Formats: sequence, C-alpha cells, structure tokens
Amino acid sequence: MGLIIKTICIAIVGLLATNVWAVDPVSLEKQYSLEAKQPSSVARGEKFFTSKHGKEWSCASCHEAPPTKEGKHASTDKSISPLAPAFNSKRFTDEAKVSKWFKRNCNDVLGRECSFSEKADVMAYLNSFK
Amino acid sequence: MKNIYQLIMLMTISSMALADGNVMPMKVPEKVKSECASCHMVYPPAFLPKESWTTIMSGLEKHYGTDASLDPQSIKEISQWLNQYAGTYKRVSSAPPNDRITEYTWFIKKHRKITDSTWRNSQVKSRSNCMACHTSADKGNYDDDDVRVPK
Repeated sequence: MGLIIKTICIAIVGLLATNVWAVDPVSLEKQYSLEAKQPSSVARGEKFFTSKHGKEWSCASCHEAPPTKEGKHASTDKSISPLAPAFNSKRFTDEAKVSKWFKRNCNDVLGRECSFSEKADVMAYLNSFK
Repeated sequence: MKNIYQLIMLMTISSMALADGNVMPMKVPEKVKSECASCHMVYPPAFLPKESWTTIMSGLEKHYGTDASLDPQSIKEISQWLNQYAGTYKRVSSAPPNDRITEYTWFIKKHRKITDSTWRNSQVKSRSNCMACHTSADKGNYDDDDVRVPK
C-alpha cells in the first residue's frame, strides 16, 4: 500500500515539475495574466509594444512592428530574429531566457521591470500573429 | 650553434607577440557566443586589458547604454575566458577612456581618414560596429585587404 502511495506521489510531483519547465508562448500569456489578476489584451499589448515610455526606445525599435520579421539592434545593428512565436518557433520556449530578456529590455525601454499585466498584454499581442 | 639559438629565441618571441594581437582565440566558448554575440560581435579579448574587462563584467546592468545583466554563473565563466586572453601588449597597456576600444589613441589614429559621413552611414551606425567595414572582424581579421567601406 505504502509503495502505491509513494508511486502516485512521485508521479504527481513529476507532472508538476514538467508543467513548471514546459514553457510555451500561450501558457506564458496565461501565467502572466493569472499573476496580474486580469485578462490579457491584444490591443493594449500592441500600444505598449509600439510606444515609447519616456526613454529613447520602444520594443519595436529593435523588434519591428509587426514583430514577424527580422529586426535590428537599435545601437549595434546586429540582426534579431523574429519575435512573434508563429514566425520563430524558438521564441518563448526557455523560461530563463524569457525572464532574462524581459528584465533587460523592460529596463531599457521603461527604466523599470514590466508588470505582469504588461507582460500578459505583450504576450497576447505576440501570440495574435498567425 | 649560437645562431640557431638566436633563431629559436626570435621565433619564440615573435609567436608570443602574435598570440596576443587582435587574433581571436582558437576556441570561443558557447557561453560567450550565446551571451555576448546575441547583441554584438565577439570582440577579440586582447583588444582590452584585464582591468577593462573586469570593469565591464562587473557593471553589465549598465552596459554602454543598455541593460545586459546576466546570472552570476555566466558572468564567472565569461570573465574567466576574457581574463585569460585579455591584452597585455603595449597598445593596451592601460585601460582606454570609458573602457571603449574605440577611444584608444591607436584606434583614433588608425581611423583618422574615415569621414564623419561614413561614421554616420546607416550601414555603419556606430564605431563599435567593426563588421560594417572589416568584413571578417568576427574572426579576428582586421587586415586592410579585407576592408570594404560602405558608400
């Protein structure tokens, strides 16, 4: 009996663990939206993505708008592969990479970290491209 | 016999000098490629002395106008490589102003014939964009023969 319970527990832990690590653009949008306690909005995401926020650059300065094609780094000119997941399947699949870049780029564009609702809206906008 | 000894010494010294020039180390770690080269080409570590690399790697959240902050493990790995191959030759015997390769006296002198309009060219954009003219700069090749200045 103990063994069965043990096996079930391990299976549950395993499932939870896989869910934590398996990142994809749609589940990220849901996750941010849950944290923000409000539904995500494509329209708000588009406005946020294409507007400047008191600093020199917008998200679109490097990622283009729509972000379905290659962009260029605003200061170094290095090419940046498309950001919209439908046009680049590698995007938003590695959680550490996602948080690294949100932290850096939000700081460059807004001078602070992005809120969960801002991230949810940006994800909704990026996921809207098919 | 003495001549042979001198020749061997000369060869040793010259190969040591070559090893520390603008050539790229044979092996560029994956970490360096993925982290540094996601925004700019990998500059040959010998273009700056160790003290500049130390300053750069300890202030990545303010990296020449952008936030390039990194996890401690990556900083450690990349720093190790940079320090190992940092320049020790005369040109880079002290840190340049603002730890910018482009503000070294030798850099300014070498580029004195480049006009302002070339620097402002949309294909050049920045003095740090070596590849705009030095077409194989990413391989550590800055030979004049491979320079193509965009018109």
